[in-house]
Amino acid sequence: MNEQKQNLSVFIILILLFTVHTYTVYTSGTENINSTRMNTSAIKGKALWQKNNCTSCHQIYGLGGYLGPDLTNVYSRYGDGVKSFLNAGIESMPVYSFSDKEQQDLLEFFKSLNESGFYPNKDVEKTWYGNIKIRDKTR
Amino acid sequence: MNKKTHFSFLILGIISLKLGLFFGLLAGAQYMVPEFLKEIIPFSQMRELHVTMVISWIILTATGCIYYFISIDNKLAFPKLEKAHIIIFGLTGILILISILTNNMGGREYMTYNPLLFFPIIIGWLLFAINYYQTIIKKIVFGPVYLWMWMTGILFMIITYSEAHLWIFSFFKGDVIKDITVQWKSYGGIVGSWNMLIYGTAIYVMSKIKGDDRIAKGKIAFFFYFLGLTNLMFGWAHHTYIIPHKPWIRILAYGISMTEWIILGSMILNWRKSLNQKQKINSPAYKWLLSTDVWIFLNLVLALLISIPTINLFTHGTHITVAHSMGTTIGINSTILIAAIFYIVSKENKFSLNKYKKRLNIAFWLFHISLLVFWGSLLYSGYLKGIWDQMDMPKTSFSEFITDLKPVIHVLVSGGLFLFISIEFITNPLIKALINKSKK
Ligand code: HEC
Ligand code: HEM
Repeated sequence: MNEQKQNLSVFIILILLFTVHTYTVYTSGTENINSTRMNTSAIKGKALWQKNNCTSCHQIYGLGGYLGPDLTNVYSRYGDGVKSFLNAGIESMPVYSFSDKEQQDLLEFFKSLNESGFYPNKDVEKTWYGNIKIRDKTR
Repeated sequence: MNKKTHFSFLILGIISLKLGLFFGLLAGAQYMVPEFLKEIIPFSQMRELHVTMVISWIILTATGCIYYFISIDNKLAFPKLEKAHIIIFGLTGILILISILTNNMGGREYMTYNPLLFFPIIIGWLLFAINYYQTIIKKIVFGPVYLWMWMTGILFMIITYSEAHLWIFSFFKGDVIKDITVQWKSYGGIVGSWNMLIYGTAIYVMSKIKGDDRIAKGKIAFFFYFLGLTNLMFGWAHHTYIIPHKPWIRILAYGISMTEWIILGSMILNWRKSLNQKQKINSPAYKWLLSTDVWIFLNLVLALLISIPTINLFTHGTHITVAHSMGTTIGINSTILIAAIFYIVSKENKFSLNKYKKRLNIAFWLFHISLLVFWGSLLYSGYLKGIWDQMDMPKTSFSEFITDLKPVIHVLVSGGLFLFISIEFITNPLIKALINKSKK
């Protein structure tokens, strides 16, 4: 009986810790690191990004499919020139027909992404125990 | 006891696997020839057809096995709800395919379908939960660890699958970092949940084959269960080491992930012990479960290494991550599920597979050899990408890099082709036996 009680208590404690953890991650853990809030146009751009599943080929912070390049900082590579890629259908990329407005929304999305941080990040401090400290845009 | 519905889950699961492999091969072909099928089904749809179908294989088959196993010693509380469950999942599967094929997607990795489909899926899980808890509620506290694992898997699937959809709210969707965090935190939980369902199944089958419930009871069994649960809850941030959230999130995930060395150590110790026992068990299910061990070992070493942030810096965003995801979904999850289906089929009829013995044996080896080639080539192409990523001024453009990668991709897709063939050989007799059984 004792063992069962123990198991049940561990289970309940873990659930409580999980709840606290979840709350802190979504509040202070990810709070105001850089100015990452998107404007309405960027949010629309993000919706287009999702609806067309761009992430199946492209990555953001290295996360996504791998047939195309990472686009976290594509804005700093090409600026407004990013738009010229959107309907071009290069290589395996589908031929889209985004309107001017939609292209602008996607551009705003890439702008916010670019402001949120770097990837791949080469300016990283490595600690002796295998951890990393990454460069923060605000520093 | 009417087992038809349990078998329907398994049959639907195997069909999903076959379809998933087919789409996987086509997606691989698109890697080799970028323009291939681009106008009809571009990679953005093909990849998701593949991923959705293989995940459906995992979920449907695990669910069917659990319904079957709990119905052996208990009376399933609500057989009608089980029927409703499979009908909902079957119909939703069709809607998912339509949603992907009409390019009306949600764009969240692995959940690329229209987000409205969240509702039928979560209803299916709730039905499963009600049925499961009502069936075994009196047994669970004193029960073996697999009952706990299945309970946890179902509960956390509901929690984390719902969590994954928080992105719909502007609090998350308007903030890049929160949005990525909600996605990968919940995905860590979702994968952890289905692992609970599947590892529970492995422990169940192993204890029944050996006729020894001890591996499912006692302090050690529960220690590993809680270790798994801790990782499910707090280990997720190894997916997102590189994004700018607060440093404590990274350190916590690093620390938690490293506890899995204990699992590795205990595996090695157990092997050394089992070398001394000359136990001869002649069953395909047992053979498959032994092969799972090898893949757990290989994938655990890889997972532990890529969870060290300084190494992750190099491997993140490359096919090494895909080696991890396909290595575990195929090498671990799928081998366990195949073992479980073998167990069920031979429990139903000892002789139904006799005439396929030789073929199944060849397919077993073909499966593992081609998976090794497949896995190795993913690791190697990831290694090449890692080098390319780390160069300050890459000498080659991205498209040149992809061209350089071609030979490795050829090996990869060839491995995939043989994997596909071996799985055909393995699953065809199984599905036949299951269909025969459901007709009776
Ligand atoms: C089927 C795969 C695929 C899909 C889907 C896809 N892309 Fe691409 N994308 C590519 C490839 C391949 C390249 C070309 C890389 C090269 O050759 O340099 C590319 C290039 C780009 C570039 C230029 C990046 C650079 O650094 O050269 C941008 C911007 C871009 N894509 C945006 C998008 C957006 C936005 C979407 C969704 C609406 C999208 N892509 C969907 C495959 C894809
Ligand atoms: C015929 C064999 C297979 C082939 C050729 C194949 C091919 C592929 C390809 C090309 C991708 C996309 C990788 C990318 O985004 O760059 C992929 C992803 C994936 N596959 Fe497969 N696959 C096969 C079998 C399987 C099986 C059997 C499973 C699981 C049961 C599986 C699970 C996955 C998963 C989970 C992903 C997502 C990976 C990630 O994003 O990290 N695959 N596969």
